[in-house]
Amino acid sequence: MRIALRINGAEHRADCWEGESLLFALREKLGFPGSKNACEQGECGSCSVLLDGILVCACLVLAAQADGHEVTTVEGLSEGDALHVVQQAFVDAGAVQCGFCTPGLVVATADLLKRVPQPTDDEIREALSGNLCRCTGYAKIFDAVRLAAKA
Amino acid sequence: MTQTAAQRTLHLGHVGEVVPRADAPPKVKGEFAYASDLIVPGMLWGHTLRSGHAHARIGSIDIADAVAMPGVHAVLTHRDVPGQKTYGLEFPDQPVLAIDRVLYYGEAVALVAAEHPEQARRAAERITVTYEPLEPVADMERATESPPLHEGSPTRGHGYFDDPRPNVVRHMVIRHGDPDAAGEVSVSGVYDVGIQDQAFLGPESGLAVPDGEGGVDIYVATQWLHVDRSQVAPCLDLPLDQVRIHLAGVGGAFGGREDLSMQLHAALLALHTSRPVKIVYNREESFVGHVHRHPARIWCEHRATRDGRLVNVRMRILLDGGAYASSSTAVTSNAASFAVGPYEVPNAFIESTAVYTNNPPCGAMRGFGAVQTCFASEAQMDKLAEVLALDPVELRLVNALAPGDVLPTGQRITGSLPIAETIRAAAALEPPAAEELPRDVLRLPGGAGNTTNGEGVRRGVGFAVGFKNIAYSEGFDDYCAARVQLHSDGSADVHCAAAEVGQGVSGVILQVARTELGIDDVRLAPVVTATVDSAGSASASRMTWMAAGAVRDACRAALEERRRRGDGEIDVEKIYRHPRTTPLHPETGQITGERAHVAFAACAMKVVAEVDVELGLTRIVWIGAAQDVGRAVNPQQVEGQIEGGTAQGLGLALMEEIQTRDGLITNASFTDYLIPTALDMPPVESVLIEDPEPDAPYGLKGVGEPPTVVATAAVVAALRAATGCELTRVPVKPDDICLPPPGTGT
Repeated sequence: MRIALRINGAEHRADCWEGESLLFALREKLGFPGSKNACEQGECGSCSVLLDGILVCACLVLAAQADGHEVTTVEGLSEGDALHVVQQAFVDAGAVQCGFCTPGLVVATADLLKRVPQPTDDEIREALSGNLCRCTGYAKIFDAVRLAAKA
Repeated sequence: MTQTAAQRTLHLGHVGEVVPRADAPPKVKGEFAYASDLIVPGMLWGHTLRSGHAHARIGSIDIADAVAMPGVHAVLTHRDVPGQKTYGLEFPDQPVLAIDRVLYYGEAVALVAAEHPEQARRAAERITVTYEPLEPVADMERATESPPLHEGSPTRGHGYFDDPRPNVVRHMVIRHGDPDAAGEVSVSGVYDVGIQDQAFLGPESGLAVPDGEGGVDIYVATQWLHVDRSQVAPCLDLPLDQVRIHLAGVGGAFGGREDLSMQLHAALLALHTSRPVKIVYNREESFVGHVHRHPARIWCEHRATRDGRLVNVRMRILLDGGAYASSSTAVTSNAASFAVGPYEVPNAFIESTAVYTNNPPCGAMRGFGAVQTCFASEAQMDKLAEVLALDPVELRLVNALAPGDVLPTGQRITGSLPIAETIRAAAALEPPAAEELPRDVLRLPGGAGNTTNGEGVRRGVGFAVGFKNIAYSEGFDDYCAARVQLHSDGSADVHCAAAEVGQGVSGVILQVARTELGIDDVRLAPVVTATVDSAGSASASRMTWMAAGAVRDACRAALEERRRRGDGEIDVEKIYRHPRTTPLHPETGQITGERAHVAFAACAMKVVAEVDVELGLTRIVWIGAAQDVGRAVNPQQVEGQIEGGTAQGLGLALMEEIQTRDGLITNASFTDYLIPTALDMPPVESVLIEDPEPDAPYGLKGVGEPPTVVATAAVVAALRAATGCELTRVPVKPDDICLPPPGTGT
């Protein structure tokens, strides 16, 4: 089937098999590999994107369900070479190691700070508890969120 | 003159400075190309058919239906492996594709390449394999009485003690002093460790591209490019230079990418179809597609004087290596070498054995044998402190190893090992005061589950210290190459095959090169086997040390060459080796030269836990760590290693275990195999102890493993302090810590 959707502000079309996830379509068909494929069953948050402004795991959304909708991926947060404030904070705080969880965490953090500009530590921990990170132990990720909230 | 000026204006970071990672901007933008992101025109997708049996004889494999499925370009079995039919990291005991039997659940049996991954999956389902199930050897304690799983004992004849019993991967004994020496007090215990998984987030992935001349380029997430090549080439029946391994972006490793996963399979399919072939495991396949941390059972007896000096430590360590050898022989030795912990022990008897079973194959994971024994021996130290009514920290200080002391292997410590200082620094960290009730449920055991108001919650403080070796041991020729090109425009390129797995070694390489060359404009060349010799493995906490040594030496040689030749292009490659080690004696476990291990690094940890003793739920409140780091090359990254390494140790203490039933993995998903989340991790306060290692470049030490070695022990110590329960097995389960209701007796 053919789908049409807006990704990061631009129209895109793709031919998809009905069973394909939005994540697969983004990564393999639409040229947006930034969202990551760590578990593909909604447990790790590495594929977090905004679907019509709502934070979702792209692996749990069928590509067909996104037909006609608006998707924001990690690639859509920065403008040209300038990093989004959350992205810059992740770099500065040392919150990136292997980085496989990072795109999902950056999107989830941007979503949190949009809803709650000055989150408490508990709010940060709860908001990011759906995003697994295996490298950092989260400490520097929390630092990054606090840094971005100050910016 | 110009060099001095350039040094003054350097802004990208010398050794010892906090330097932002060069790979962080592309990673935060989603532009960093991981192995699973690779796409080339005309690419096919590979899929691996795996065994659903832990132990079975294969009757027949019928691929006819699969070949006829739409989109399918190849279906391969062991018959299609053109060269050597088996491979292995150290011993070639594992079939590339199963031949006449399978020895573990998830063993690769056949391969499919198709236009779409779903076509490949569906075609694999149409391959008919007839199995004759066999009784699995699932209990490691019975392995040596079971029929042999491997003919001819693959690990025999390699200089280890040749144990005549079946299914022994390695058996060794360390005899030190008088193994029968008596103490005035003794404590004993039996400890168990479940199977932990590396659970890196980036699943095994890679792309194999035929070069049109019979060779192949493999782009893969790996820990050691050259050892991949040396295993892949003979199985493809190709000379080494026709197999080029390129490092693709690595989504974490932790030991799980030391062994081959999809490299050979993708290459076989690519050469067979003359098309690029990509293989990406899903999470379930990742859980069966790599080795795990060895589960262990450890029997201990510690004898001491009344004033707390260790007299004799007797330990028996049993490790389940699973179906294939992987690095089990080295894990056996590491577990034994560091079994007693960082203490001076005049007499010891340590027996360590790894066995073959039909359980999931085990090999390298962060900590490499020392995690399991640290958990056991630190529990013993706490028991001893209790019997002697001594402060646990004081007991550890009384016995702390120091330079000049002798290890149970007979090796004298000649380098840096500030154990007492590390212990004191961790002990001096002040945990936050207990938070009053009522409080937000997120900050109570059970968290968002909202299970308590805090009535049954008890607080405990635990302490532990652990250490392990840095780099490869026992006579392994452990080296790292680096190549430096100085260009006439004043810039430089560095080639080094060190695998950046997330730990930050690419940043270390740049820091060293900028420090040595005195210029900013240094680039790290793409990492590929064709342009530089081996860097060795990104494991054993060795990569920073080894890469720093090699890059330093290559930079200095390049500058020397520049001085001799004047301007022009300079291209120099140097090999760096750490001090030589020699094997342990196969009968006594004693050193046969000056040293069996190169150097050591330690970490001490204090942990505060709260436990809801009615429900068995836990919350780790705070962790304070002091780590012996030699010299911190990039302090921010070192802290990141401590925090991340601590999280993995906490995971093993509280939640992480691959569960099996008769060898079959029953929880191969992040739904059922839990790793710590943002809600599970407490703040980790870390202190870096900088006592330079004399044999290492810049005095640095590897930092990745020590926090993982000790964190499991320290977390469980805190749970014991909170509950009074013995807690001899990790991960600790709610049933283990749930105290009986009031009024029901014990």
